[in-house]
Amino acid sequence: MNKMKNIYFDYQATTPVDPRVLKKMMPYFAEIYGNPHSRNHSFGWEAEEGVEIARERVAQIIGANPKEIIFTSGATESNNLALKGVSEFYGDKKNHIITCVTEHKCVLESCRHLSGRGFDVTYLPVQSDGLINLEELKNAITDKTLIVSIMGVHNEIGVIQPLEEIGKICRSRDIFFHTDCAQAVGKIKLDVDKMNIDLMSISGHKIYAPKGVGALYIRRKPRVRISSMISGGGQERGMRSGTLSPALCVGLGEACHIYLNEMDKENKILQKFKKMMLDGIRKACPDVYLNGSEKSRVPGNLNLSFAYVEGESLMMGIKNLAVSSGSACTSASLEPSYVLKALGVEEELAHTSLRIGFGRFTTENEVRYATKTIINEVLRLRELSPLWEMAQEGVDISKIKWAHH
Amino acid sequence: MAYSKELLDHYENPKNVGSMDKESEEVGTGLVGAPACGDVMKLQIKVNKKGVIEDAKFKTFGCGSAIASSSLITEWVKGKNLDEAHSIKNTEIANHLALPPVKIHCSILAEDAIKAAIEDYKKKNRKNR
Repeated sequence: MNKMKNIYFDYQATTPVDPRVLKKMMPYFAEIYGNPHSRNHSFGWEAEEGVEIARERVAQIIGANPKEIIFTSGATESNNLALKGVSEFYGDKKNHIITCVTEHKCVLESCRHLSGRGFDVTYLPVQSDGLINLEELKNAITDKTLIVSIMGVHNEIGVIQPLEEIGKICRSRDIFFHTDCAQAVGKIKLDVDKMNIDLMSISGHKIYAPKGVGALYIRRKPRVRISSMISGGGQERGMRSGTLSPALCVGLGEACHIYLNEMDKENKILQKFKKMMLDGIRKACPDVYLNGSEKSRVPGNLNLSFAYVEGESLMMGIKNLAVSSGSACTSASLEPSYVLKALGVEEELAHTSLRIGFGRFTTENEVRYATKTIINEVLRLRELSPLWEMAQEGVDISKIKWAHH
Repeated sequence: MAYSKELLDHYENPKNVGSMDKESEEVGTGLVGAPACGDVMKLQIKVNKKGVIEDAKFKTFGCGSAIASSSLITEWVKGKNLDEAHSIKNTEIANHLALPPVKIHCSILAEDAIKAAIEDYKKKNRKNR
């Protein structure tokens, strides 16, 4: 059984490039190599054409106009540009930002950067299901609120925030709504008009395009202005200077285009895999908890706490399954996940969590094998666990006075 | 993280997993660590009339290094008298398993666990005399 090759279950960390995407990209390395910003010859025009078709395709999947899309190096840059760019442009009029404690580090760190420069930042808490409370959002808004930044789909726990409702609230108060949709594009239906989204960050490598490319949607009607972060030749309508990589842009465009036709089909398969694994594990192991809402969630993500079994030892036991852990022991910081903490997951349970991600190239056999492997290892480690033993004896572990070290 | 062969072997085939009757006078129990910190070790020793550790058992909630450290120390203490067992240093465990620096605390925990078990045994037997 240990002979099976390594299997990838970490699709929220990154995805492989879809071969169809790669095929579309290939000519843009050595054949169509012109600078897409060269206006004077066919080499430039051809490269530009590829980029513009890609732009249309990115726009299409979120219901935007191609003129509202600029290419970036990835969602981290897009999030930085959205938050810092808007804040710098409008900062003398409004200086309050609302975001959420479970946002990606690049959003939180951008906010922290801004709070050192005269901005007030409100970090909304999340409910135990990982979703924000809309009333709390409404209550946090002041006359000074410039922008609200809430992600679409969560990278660790896969929950889907109520974007349409958030958008409605923001629009009614004349506040910009930015959403980090790195994990949402292709997974849920997005419509920037229906959802009143003003800025949206998009990532390539989470959706089977290469690493190193992303996009930022910036609404034109009503217009959102941003200050650029990179000075240079004024490419991307002056908002993001630097020569684009046509190959990467084409890759992102193609990845979006594939989802346009295949999203529903893919989601159905992933839903089936998720159910298979979750039902299988729950049937065989008691005391397993799903972190984050079960309903408002993308099918490609399971974040599970296996009570009484420490996450890193579990990962060691299932070492041919590439998953990630919410446990402290796998990181340098020795702190369990700030996201699970924000959900109110107790520290001892946070230490027992795994994130299992499915995707386009996951097979049913792999899911079946992984389910079996995880169950076997959880049961084995529970036999080793003094906490499991105490729980079986009816000892309340929370009542014991532990010596923290 | 790359782990040594010794460590992986103790993790995959841990020695002396189990529990002994903690009410027995021959048994000393050490329970150290905390669930919130991600590791809890329970180590038990069975001591004969001559003061020699006849048997040792453990159960550990923790990372692979913690499991391996407890497995190793139970092997080491068997056949030792209490003073010898008490003098085992965490550095010996860390060296033997080639623990990476961030995992040294696992070996400290194992040392604490054996000391706690010895303490428990002594306390029980003082009372009864």
